[in-house]
Amino acid sequence: MTEHSVHDHYDHEGSKLGMWLFIFTELLFFGGLFIVYAVMRYKNGTAFELAGKELDVFIGTFNTIILLISSATIAMSISSVRMKKKNLTVALLGVTLLLAIVFLVNKYFEWGAKIEHGLFPGTETLHQFGHGETMFFGLYYFMTGLHALHIIVGVVLITIMMIKVHKGKIHEDRFVQLENTGLYWHLVDIIWIFLFPLFYLIA
Amino acid sequence: MDNSNLPNYLEYKGKYKGIFAWIFSTDHKRIGLLYLYSIMTFFLVAALLGLLMKFELIAPGKTIMEAKAYNAVFTLHGIAMIFLVVVPGIPAILGNFFLPIMIGAKDVFYPKLNLLSWWLYVIGAVIAVSSQFMGSGSPDTGWTFYAPYSFKTQSNVLPALVGAFVLGFSSILTGLNFIVTMHRMRAPGMKWMKMPLFPWTLYGTAWIQLLATPVVGITLLMVIAEKALSIGFFDPALGGDPVLYQHLFWIYSHPAVYIMILPAMGVISEVLPTFAKKKIFGYNAIVLSTMLIAFVGYFVWGHHMFTAGMSETSLFAFSFLTFLVAIPSAIKIFNWLATLYKGSIMLRTPMYWAISFLFVFMIGGLTGMVLGALSTNVHLHDTAFVVAHFHFIVFGGVGFAFFAGIHYWFPKIYGKMYEESWANTGWIMFFMGFLTLYFPMFLLGIKGMPRRYYDYVPEFHFTNIISSFGAFIMIAGLVVILINLFRSAKRGEKAPASPWGGKSLEWTISSPPTLENFEEIPEIK
Repeated sequence: MTEHSVHDHYDHEGSKLGMWLFIFTELLFFGGLFIVYAVMRYKNGTAFELAGKELDVFIGTFNTIILLISSATIAMSISSVRMKKKNLTVALLGVTLLLAIVFLVNKYFEWGAKIEHGLFPGTETLHQFGHGETMFFGLYYFMTGLHALHIIVGVVLITIMMIKVHKGKIHEDRFVQLENTGLYWHLVDIIWIFLFPLFYLIA
Repeated sequence: MDNSNLPNYLEYKGKYKGIFAWIFSTDHKRIGLLYLYSIMTFFLVAALLGLLMKFELIAPGKTIMEAKAYNAVFTLHGIAMIFLVVVPGIPAILGNFFLPIMIGAKDVFYPKLNLLSWWLYVIGAVIAVSSQFMGSGSPDTGWTFYAPYSFKTQSNVLPALVGAFVLGFSSILTGLNFIVTMHRMRAPGMKWMKMPLFPWTLYGTAWIQLLATPVVGITLLMVIAEKALSIGFFDPALGGDPVLYQHLFWIYSHPAVYIMILPAMGVISEVLPTFAKKKIFGYNAIVLSTMLIAFVGYFVWGHHMFTAGMSETSLFAFSFLTFLVAIPSAIKIFNWLATLYKGSIMLRTPMYWAISFLFVFMIGGLTGMVLGALSTNVHLHDTAFVVAHFHFIVFGGVGFAFFAGIHYWFPKIYGKMYEESWANTGWIMFFMGFLTLYFPMFLLGIKGMPRRYYDYVPEFHFTNIISSFGAFIMIAGLVVILINLFRSAKRGEKAPASPWGGKSLEWTISSPPTLENFEEIPEIK
């Protein structure tokens, strides 16, 4: 009798329930930030609109499309693992991974340009604009930064999933880890769907 | 079912040896004990800090420390007691150990995640405590980290914030684990409404942990960002709003009170029927009120902020909801009393603790009503009255229930009996010391002594002496209790499977349990 024997059980429904609970946690985590956003925007309506104009709608839209496509590809990878198409699964996960990285690269250039113009918390340029704009950019960096952190975690998870599918540890009878990764990725996607209009489209 | 011929969970040999067989164990019982030892360590440290405060308050003016040191002491006392002791306390120790057994399971749903929760707890604790020893002096904000002081102070708040953030994750993961365990691993035949009450209260608690903790997590993260990047969410100088911080903080920290008290109520609901030799009165009502407390408790946070500047409408709403949440708590009290009525009462150590729990919890609850009423709150806000009130709930309620639980389940955990005469001596010292310590603080608060001050006017001297005197008796009682339990764990008489005649599943297996708890999953009829 070893500890291993006690824990060697597989419960697809249970594991998915756990993931959903984690998603509730994440939603409330970001929920706190959305509350702060709502309060601050209520107080500084015009300033938020003006500051929103500083953001590049093109990059934002582009990144939104990227994330939407990646959500589709990861969902397809789950279907394909159930259809026992191992190579297709790995390929679809590869595409998802690539799109996630493209998103991050875009983010890097976007932030880089902002920081170059001095639009960063604590700089003189930003303080000249006034409180509303400072708050807008504070929230912008904090919320998109936290979101980007989730993307990075997603990149790691998707990579692990690719390896596991490739090695045959995830297959048509045991794919709950992949499905949970998919749920996580949809969460990251849906948070972006809210961030995008709140920051890029309010002007 | 006798399975005492198999090696028990304390003895069996796993992959690792020595201490590693414990700190890398995924067995829920060993993890429960890991929590027990780590939490008790912090409890002793924090209790000692409390004693130091009472030492300081024994006379007006400086007695043993300056104002600054006093601020640091009450901050660390609060952080350690809340985040390291009372919030994880009963769920992580007794819940980990007994939840799977009481629902007839071999372990929790995610054993590895369970171990990770403990590791996160240790890491968070180390980070939080490290704030004392590095950088620019101990934090002096109080455990509430109120903005804007928390990022204006020169003291070393950052590690304390990061520590609290990590501890939050530990708590969330425990809650998540428990919910899935109860949904998926109840023994065949154990319908929801057949589940014992301790697991039920853990269920309510777990939902609060899951849905409230992330809010404080993000709030602490915002304060960290504020300190590190000067973003200014809560800084009026940068257009931020400090009252917004208070809202976000209490959105978690008030439900956190129910994270603490619900499992305590669960323990009492197990102990009372066993020692009254009766079934619990009104099982359904207790389950329902548990879930009601978990739900309504989410909407009362504003009563911590009656003087912070809110609209009249919110004041009324929060006060009304606060009174509302008293109803399910009172339902429980009546159920417990009705359980005792015409019972065959057996006065043993856990029962003494449980009955004294009822006494202190009622005082705590009723004084909570005084604070929940708008007009009296203005008078009593931030006075010693508040301190006395929440110590009656958090220490009186949770602490007494914890000791009831640990004396109730001790024979099961260690397979040894403890010396009851010493345990009872410890209890009466603790109980009397507790009342002598905290009751005078109600009087001090009514007369206007503010909380968190190291000094007071001479008029308060006599009452403060009594209070400090109580602290010494209580700590002496604590020492008696702990020495007795430590000695008994090593040298106590061997315990039978069911020393008190309890009816739930944990009493059907051997003491201490085997690794898998049940060789065969029991069926519930």
